[in-house]
Amino acid sequence: MATTQTDSTSATYPTTSGGTLPSTVPVGAVYAGGSPLDWGASLVEGAVVLDEKVAPNAPWSAVVTEGHVLTIVDVGGNQSADCLLYNADDPEERYSVPDTLAWQGNAYVRTGTVLRSSEGRPLMTVVANEIDRQDTIGGACGKESNTLRYGHHVMFHHGCRENFLAEAGRRGLGVRDIVSNLNWFMNVPVEADGALGIVDGMSAPGRRVAVRAEMDVLVMVSNCPQMNNPCNDFNPTPLRMIVVAPARGGGPGPVAGGPRSARAPRTPGDAA
Amino acid sequence: MTTADEPTAIAPHDQYPTGVRDLHLTDSVRSARDDARAQGGQAGAWMPYLPASGSPHCPPAVDPAALVWAETVAPGGYTHKVLARGTRLRFDDPTGDACPHLLLFNALEPTERLNVADTQKIPWQAYLGENHPLLSGDGRVLAVVTGDSSGRHDAFCGTTTDAWNERKYGDARPHGPSPSGRALFLKAAAKHGLSRRDLPPSLSFFQGVRVEADGALAWRGSAGPGKHVELLAEMPLLVLVANVAHPLDPRPGYVVGPLRVHAWRAAATGPADPRFTATPELHRAYLNTVDYCEARGL
Repeated sequence: MATTQTDSTSATYPTTSGGTLPSTVPVGAVYAGGSPLDWGASLVEGAVVLDEKVAPNAPWSAVVTEGHVLTIVDVGGNQSADCLLYNADDPEERYSVPDTLAWQGNAYVRTGTVLRSSEGRPLMTVVANEIDRQDTIGGACGKESNTLRYGHHVMFHHGCRENFLAEAGRRGLGVRDIVSNLNWFMNVPVEADGALGIVDGMSAPGRRVAVRAEMDVLVMVSNCPQMNNPCNDFNPTPLRMIVVAPARGGGPGPVAGGPRSARAPRTPGDAA
Repeated sequence: MTTADEPTAIAPHDQYPTGVRDLHLTDSVRSARDDARAQGGQAGAWMPYLPASGSPHCPPAVDPAALVWAETVAPGGYTHKVLARGTRLRFDDPTGDACPHLLLFNALEPTERLNVADTQKIPWQAYLGENHPLLSGDGRVLAVVTGDSSGRHDAFCGTTTDAWNERKYGDARPHGPSPSGRALFLKAAAKHGLSRRDLPPSLSFFQGVRVEADGALAWRGSAGPGKHVELLAEMPLLVLVANVAHPLDPRPGYVVGPLRVHAWRAAATGPADPRFTATPELHRAYLNTVDYCEARGL
C-alpha cells in the first residue's frame, strides 16, 4: 500500500497553455517528511487473518467474522479513522450513534463500549483502547459540509463522505447507507454549555484500539483527508488494520506488555 | 392491556368499551352504511383537524386561515407531512409529557436528510435552541429552530428501538402499549416509499438530556406543560414525527403525552433576515440552501 510522501501544498496541474495551475487539493499521501511512524501490532493474541495498510486519504473495508478482533493502529498519531459498521448479512442494519450512546448512557466511546446497530443489537465491542476516549459525535467531513465550516474555496478538497460513498459503491451500498459514524483517534469534547468541536487529539504514533465482532460485520473506514481542522493534526498519515482470530480459550486480552497507558503525552482537548 | 403473562392475548392498548356489539345495527349493506355514516362528526382527544383552519388549538398570533396542518398526535402515535419551503411548524406539549422524535428529508430528493452529527458539529453546539439549524448531510439547512419555550431537547439519544422497548417495557409491538419510535418511523417512512435504509439518527424535543463532564448522559426531563418549539422549513420537507417515550425516561411506565402539531404558510429565511448571517456557518449554509432552491425554481 502506498505510503509515499507528497507535499500537498505544492500540488499542481498542467494547463493547456503549457503552464501549471496551483491546487489546494491534497494529492496522494501527504504526511510530512520525518513524521514518526509506529506500525504497532495486534492488541490481542491470535492467528492473523488480515493485515493491511491504509494509505493516507484512502478508504478501506473488510468483513470481520464474528469473534474476530480488529486492531486499528494510529500509525502516525492523531489520525482520524472515520468508521461505519454494517451487519454483513443484512447491511440495512448498520451502526447507530444514538443507540450506542443511549444504551451505555455516555457520550464517549471507551473500552467496553458496545457498538450497536440501528436495531439496538451489538455489532462490535471495544475490547482494548489506548487513548482516553474515542469519538462518535463528530460525524464525517465532506465536500458539502466543508463549505459551511471553512468556506466555499474548500469545495474540491477530499472528504470522508467521498471515501464512504466510493467504498460503499464497491460493496453495493450507496448514499442511503451512509449514517453518522465513529471517529477513531479523534477528540470531540462536549463542554458544560454544550459547546462541541474537534480539538487537538489525544493519540500518538502507534496508539491502538481493538474491536471484537459480535456478528459478521462489514467495517468501512475512511482514512480522513481533512486538512482544515486538527482531526489529523494537519498531517494525514497511514493506518494499519489487523484482524486476528483470538487464541482459543484465551479470549481477547492484551498481548505481551499490555496496552499502553491510556494517558497520552498531551491532552489539550480534555476539557469536557 | 396485554401483559407478559398473556403474550397471545388480543387486547388493544386503548381499552374498548364492552357491549359495542349492541350499539350497531349492521345486518344489511344499507344498515351498515347508515351505521358507519352515523359515526362521523365526532371529536377525539387525538385527531387531525380538517380543514386545518378549523383547529381548536390554533397557536397564538397565527392566522387560522394560514394553517396547513393541525393535529393532535396520540401518545405512542406518529404523523407525517410534506411541507412547502417557508412553512412554519410548531409542536406544543400541553401536558409536559410529549416527546416528538423528528426526522426531516428533502421532499424532492429524500436521500438528502437530517444529519444529526452535522447539526451538532457545524454550529459548534450540542444542544438545540433558537436559531439552531437542522442540517442535512449535503451542507444545507432543512429547517431552523425559530422559537423555543422549553430548552430541553436531545440530539444524542435518537429514538427507541424494538430491542430497547422490549428490554425496558417487555413489549415493543407497534400496535401494542409501548411502540418504539423506530417502528413508527418505519411505518411513516413506508408511506412515502422509504424504508429502514432511509432512517438516520433523529432528534427529539421537550425531554432534555445533558452531557456531564465524564460524558454521562444526564436526564433532565420536561420543562413542564405548555411549552412549545417552532421550526421553519427552509426547503421542501418530508417530516416524520413519532411521539414516543424518550429512551432515557427513567419512569418505569411508558409515559408520553399528546402532541399538538400546527403548520402554517410563512416565508423562508432570506438575506434580509438577521438569522441569514447570524454566524459564518449559518450564512454559508443559507447560501447553499438558496442556491439549491433557486436552481430548482423553488
